[in-house]
Amino acid sequence: MNQKELQDRLTEIQDKLIRIEQPAANRFYLTCESEKACAVSRFLFEDIGCRFVIITGIDNDNVYEVLYHFSYDLLGCIITVKAILRNRENPEIESITPFVPGAEWIEREVHDILGISFRNHPNLRRLILADDWPEGVYPMRKEVQK
Amino acid sequence: MNWKIWSLKKSPWVFHVNVGACNNCDIEIVNCLTPKFDVERFGIKLVGSPRHADALLVTGVGTCQAVPRLKEVYRQTPKPCVVFLIGACPCGTGIFYNSYHVEGPVDKIIREEDPNAIIAYVPGCPPKPEAIISGIVKALSAI
Amino acid sequence: MKQTVRKPVLAVGPFHPLQEEMEFYQLTVEGEKVTGIDVRLSYNHRGIERISETLQFDQVPFLVSRICGICSASHPLAYVQAVEELAGIKPPDRARYVRTIINELERIHSHLLWVGLAGHFIGYDTVFMWAWKYREPVLDLLEEITGNRNNYGNVKVGGCREDIADDIKPKIFKELDALEKKTEMLTKAVLDDPVLHARLKGIGVLTKEDAVRYAVVGPTARGSGVAVDVRRDDPYAAYGELDWNVITQPEGDVFAKAVVRLLEVFESIKIVRQALEKLPSGPVAVEVKEIPPGEAVGRAEAPRGETFHYVRSDGGNRPVRHKVRAPSYVNVPSFKASCIGGHISDVTITLAAVDPCYSCTERLAVVDGRGSVLQDSDALLKLSREKTERIRREMR
Repeated sequence: MNQKELQDRLTEIQDKLIRIEQPAANRFYLTCESEKACAVSRFLFEDIGCRFVIITGIDNDNVYEVLYHFSYDLLGCIITVKAILRNRENPEIESITPFVPGAEWIEREVHDILGISFRNHPNLRRLILADDWPEGVYPMRKEVQK
Repeated sequence: MNWKIWSLKKSPWVFHVNVGACNNCDIEIVNCLTPKFDVERFGIKLVGSPRHADALLVTGVGTCQAVPRLKEVYRQTPKPCVVFLIGACPCGTGIFYNSYHVEGPVDKIIREEDPNAIIAYVPGCPPKPEAIISGIVKALSAI
Repeated sequence: MKQTVRKPVLAVGPFHPLQEEMEFYQLTVEGEKVTGIDVRLSYNHRGIERISETLQFDQVPFLVSRICGICSASHPLAYVQAVEELAGIKPPDRARYVRTIINELERIHSHLLWVGLAGHFIGYDTVFMWAWKYREPVLDLLEEITGNRNNYGNVKVGGCREDIADDIKPKIFKELDALEKKTEMLTKAVLDDPVLHARLKGIGVLTKEDAVRYAVVGPTARGSGVAVDVRRDDPYAAYGELDWNVITQPEGDVFAKAVVRLLEVFESIKIVRQALEKLPSGPVAVEVKEIPPGEAVGRAEAPRGETFHYVRSDGGNRPVRHKVRAPSYVNVPSFKASCIGGHISDVTITLAAVDPCYSCTERLAVVDGRGSVLQDSDALLKLSREKTERIRREMR
């Protein structure tokens, strides 16, 4: 697949996205609502054949953002799915572990540090915070940092 | 001189503990064993259990998870023992001083356990094997 | 049902210091076959991503270089490239070449370190001593160039902090020649040894399908036939202008990964030679005034695989969010796939083959259905070495 073909294929899921940004030839950012993120990720992983890189969780004041970074190695592209979680009281999103087992650890980590729940995760236990770290204290949340 | 101190100085058996280090200091410690530096000819031996150790080589900042384990290791090490803090991290948490998951510095933690602990500092990031050896020799001569 | 109970294993008798890094694995077994694995991280969690937000953009390289001692050139490079992408900064050509030289020298000494460790785990302590002895001149060279054996502090946003003096070039070439001969000898010793073939072939196999599902990178992936290498896929620094090969092996076993790493040392030597010969003249840094708001990603091929950094800025002088992903984070979980179904005498070397920021091996313990520790890391290491001895005896 060449660059043009990749861009065309990405339009296949345009209906699930809020917008597509391409700040550089090999960098894509696909913004979507949290409910669509799993389907978009599946499309990238299974249909396009991207490699899963990592997930970044961000506390962006009035929303949470969960960024899924994928790499399309044949063209050296990084395609990032930006899922917006608008429910700050109970941030939840579908886990991608069922089809990307490599995401298991990072979803646990994002859960530890931001308190985001991943539905249908096989093992959402504490990963990186200490055994005696208080429950409900999420160090990367803005209110905890103040 | 008490025979325990004499044997500690003559041939210190060391146990290495990593309480949240990046591994640089740990590698430099192992480098001390390799042919270029070869500390075993000085009788310095790495042991597999703190119960057999005369000295502890501690690397790392002292993360929340690792600190209780460090205290346990210190308790298990027979006294007298020397605690060597290898690297900037255990000496004063180095660049990680304002982290939410760091309880160090390590000397404060050891002293909570034992106010009379013998602690030697070998700063550096990482300290070169020459510095580590020099630090150990200096500390042992001073005992 | 196999139940894994976390035992607060403390001093399980590590063999040597590198094995004290505290990540903790528990394996469940049926007889001598591994059926499950549980992992506990946290001992090393220092909250680096949070600390990054309190530092200024140009202070962060010093922090991230200390994430891991042996990838200490790759993390700052990936971060700095992310910020440069964000701000539209192009480092000068000379800086790109200097970055390449330092990173390849790091790859060389990291791979030699791995060879030594792997040798140690299967009972080839001579290999361990040789490999670590051969590393030393590379570390000394790096000290002469950058001022430190590790934690070079050589990159900054906009270029490099220091230049490579022209008068050191002949010394680097001489060292590379000597290193090439020693690595040839080491490679022959490994590749021609029938006991090593018997010991490592077919062990700890990670299939190509699993390599993709677990999204592994680096030699762990390339040893399973997955040809992913950031230097070629998304060229950075000077890699796109130099002539070198991506090394892959299809078998996916420990032997294949060892071969990949050894052959990569030769490629690295090739890259450094070319980079030195073609080193462009000029400055090694451009001036950086400010970082605009935005977000970007940067990556580098560390010795263990792709190191990935994501940086977000709001126009201030600190990152608003900095995500760090080290290659071991995706490689280590694949241990599940390559270890389950295998024999417990092979777990030590299977985990080592993933090249975790070394050391996770000693934090291995085998527990029974009720959670009592059956074999600690010392015992597992002993089993591994005994297996090698058995193979050697059978071959006589």
